[in-house]
Amino acid sequence: MSYLYAFIFVGVLCLIAQVIIDNTTLSFGHVTSMYVVAGAILGFFEIYDKIKSIVGPAASLPIVSFGNLLYQAGLDGYLDKGLLGIFQNLLTTTSAGICSAIIFAFFMALVFKPKD
Amino acid sequence: MKKEEYKKIVKKHTPKENRLVNALTSFVMGGLFGILAQAVTDLYRYWFNLTIADATTWMLITFIFLASLLTALGIFDRLVTYFKSALIIPITGFAHSMTSAALDYKSDGMVTGLGANCFKLAGSVILFGIISAFILVIIGVIIYG
Repeated sequence: MSYLYAFIFVGVLCLIAQVIIDNTTLSFGHVTSMYVVAGAILGFFEIYDKIKSIVGPAASLPIVSFGNLLYQAGLDGYLDKGLLGIFQNLLTTTSAGICSAIIFAFFMALVFKPKD
Repeated sequence: MKKEEYKKIVKKHTPKENRLVNALTSFVMGGLFGILAQAVTDLYRYWFNLTIADATTWMLITFIFLASLLTALGIFDRLVTYFKSALIIPITGFAHSMTSAALDYKSDGMVTGLGANCFKLAGSVILFGIISAFILVIIGVIIYG
């Protein structure tokens, strides 16, 4: 059953993005930035965690999850240590995604030559 | 020729993309990506006895690695023309933007090229994510105390 929810959830997010791109002058960059902010807002209203419990691991795949994770980490930091905690904690849960992207990008750029 | 007329002619000859087909393609392909993510996570849990959280993180790292590799091989951009936003909205789009920027600016040197431009596109995602998360945490603190 979670496979069906995963299909619908990720599919609908991609569908919305494609409709925005086809019908406005916005680029992929605008849409991904909007999605991240939307993820933080969904996290704020505690919607994204509910989605995650229904959809499962696939809910971490879209970039929307990035905004949610940032918000949750910031909130955890605040509850733990106050204002200082926000600054100390904000990037903790997203570290795997950001660091792996940087590391792979760097070594790919070292090894390969740009095409075209 | 007047500007208006010119615009009309340009509009007439611009190849029309079928928006309905685009939308359906990205829905189906995005959905299949979701299923793939779920399946990979389940496999990792089964093979390596990982918790859901750890298996999910490994799944994300796998997808990021594949997106980087396909970008470096020059295949990713071609795939985007077929799969549309289904490849950009998942974390693969983030990895793609980073790797392509790193590759494109490598010729300008390590520091002023690769280093300075690596975050060119991914930067806005990180920046707006952090700013919105920070503001929302502050708002939540003010409202709920």
